[in-house]
Amino acid sequence: MAEIRNYTLNFGPQHPAAHGVLRLVLELDGEVVVRADPHVGLLHRATEKLAETRTWVQSVPYMDRLDYMSMMCNEHAYCMAIERLLDLEVPLRAQYIRVMFDEITRILNHLLNIGTHGLDIGAMTMVLYTFREREDLMDVYEAVSGTRMHAAYYRPGGVYRDLPDFMPKYTENKFKNAAAVKKLNESREGSLLDFIEDFTNRFPRYVDEYETLLTDNRIWKQRTVGIGVVTPERALALGFTGPMLRGSGIEWDLRKKQPYEVYDRIEFDVPVGVEGDCYDRYLCRIEELRQSNRIVKQCIEWLRKNPGPVITDNHKVAPPSREEMKANMEELIHHFKLFTEGFHVPPGEVYAAVEHPKGEFGVYAISDGANKPYRVKLRTAGYAHLSALDEMGKGHMIADIVALIGTMDIVFGEVDR
Amino acid sequence: MSTRLERLSDTLRNVLGARIDKLVVDRGEVSIEVAAVNVIETARLLRDNDELHFEQLMDTCGVDYRDYGDGIWRGPRFAAVSQLLSVSKNWRVRLRVFAPDDGFPVVPTLTQIWPSANWFEREAFDLFGIMFSGHPDLRRILTDYGFVGHPFRKDFPISGYVEMRYDPDQGRVIYQPVTIEPRENTPRIIREENFGNVGNG
Repeated sequence: MAEIRNYTLNFGPQHPAAHGVLRLVLELDGEVVVRADPHVGLLHRATEKLAETRTWVQSVPYMDRLDYMSMMCNEHAYCMAIERLLDLEVPLRAQYIRVMFDEITRILNHLLNIGTHGLDIGAMTMVLYTFREREDLMDVYEAVSGTRMHAAYYRPGGVYRDLPDFMPKYTENKFKNAAAVKKLNESREGSLLDFIEDFTNRFPRYVDEYETLLTDNRIWKQRTVGIGVVTPERALALGFTGPMLRGSGIEWDLRKKQPYEVYDRIEFDVPVGVEGDCYDRYLCRIEELRQSNRIVKQCIEWLRKNPGPVITDNHKVAPPSREEMKANMEELIHHFKLFTEGFHVPPGEVYAAVEHPKGEFGVYAISDGANKPYRVKLRTAGYAHLSALDEMGKGHMIADIVALIGTMDIVFGEVDR
Repeated sequence: MSTRLERLSDTLRNVLGARIDKLVVDRGEVSIEVAAVNVIETARLLRDNDELHFEQLMDTCGVDYRDYGDGIWRGPRFAAVSQLLSVSKNWRVRLRVFAPDDGFPVVPTLTQIWPSANWFEREAFDLFGIMFSGHPDLRRILTDYGFVGHPFRKDFPISGYVEMRYDPDQGRVIYQPVTIEPRENTPRIIREENFGNVGNG
């Protein structure tokens, strides 16, 4: 009999199922993975070092570019860290807006995850359905911040501006006639809140559609049930957070356990898995979609009734309004100082964490009293999850590695930073 | 100080005793400083003690204190800072370990206590050059293959030393000294105390 030896296989960095630039060195025994060694860092941009050379507020847009699938949640953690360092109060309306957009972001992120995870392991149609809904939410991002993805909407002390009273509409062109445009614009006649409310009413039906495609699908189950099982003890030891930890059966959600902003006033449930395999994590994410929809609805209701400021009136941190700046000497000085030098943050250190769609996103910021951070460390969930790929993948077939990468919800912007 | 934080710091003092060099409660967070020789023992107590139960290591990062406060820093230059989380007790603590030698910073690894430390320590080694003694696989992780230096140290320029380009004459990718000028639009300033203090209105 011929001698069989293990061989090494390069997976990526240009592999469509690698979700970006992951180079994975796989040691294989036939088709069984013996060792998986992820080589990361191909997208390393030294965000943390760049943040040291910019003023505190100038780094907010860098946070969008970390996990570019859940932009506003990253900004949220960073702004929260600054607010804790400054001991700054955020207006209640801004807190509700933040919670609403965090949940919209969670829906965006989970839709992408479920769609691409399906695409990776053979459910082609999923991505077409989930991207249909992502388009609507991208429009919400655009209406509120001006950009579809890299919003830069949160600011230390609140959010950049209040929700707009109108939604941008489709116009007639050579591909769409008046009747088609009218139908598309039906939900866009009112304010942004009307549009989001219309979406939240439609969304549960969409989730049902995804479930008919995947939840009882025989092929989907064959590819996910019993794959990448992590026991609760190992999940804790490996630093798992978010759906990866909840999929293993540990009930841990920062929104419930260490509530920030107004999560303690909002009703929602936290789904928990049983087996700790890819299928349970998928079910957790599906349920989180429904729960996020519920949270968004509650926020809309509150936001409709309670107008008010959306950013702190402390002009040492947040700029004064344009009119005030033109008419008032003191406001002019504040404006000038803020945009030339930025605000100063008293010395100290904080670790601010939010329940990011992928897990715990933490910002550890050290200030020495300057107008720039002394050190910012971004703790991203994907980094800890990917480090466990070796352990999770051992003994699985090579095709299951793709399922594991999908279930980890890897985005290289946040792994490599 | 809220009662929970008091309870946590009291428990830490009781359980760890003299192993803690410094305990600070600031802005609702507890941080402890431990000497490098005591780290393993402390970490094991932090994880296994029934009153503390820090099952999860959330993050480990390196910090270079060389330029802290524009030269007021007196003390070791490098520290490894870990954020610990207890899922069962629902509290956090920050564990700081200074590397005694500035020229060759070494601290013990926490990988045998919390396996999640593996990649975080590789990152701190890569970016700050902090050695973790006992680490099973201390390779570079984020920088390029064959990278020289530790880019997050304060004496490493933001634009780096070398840049990479394709050389058509040699028909391959080459490294050359950086050609871009460093640029600082907003200078870094530390003002006198209470300047722009939010509380002063």
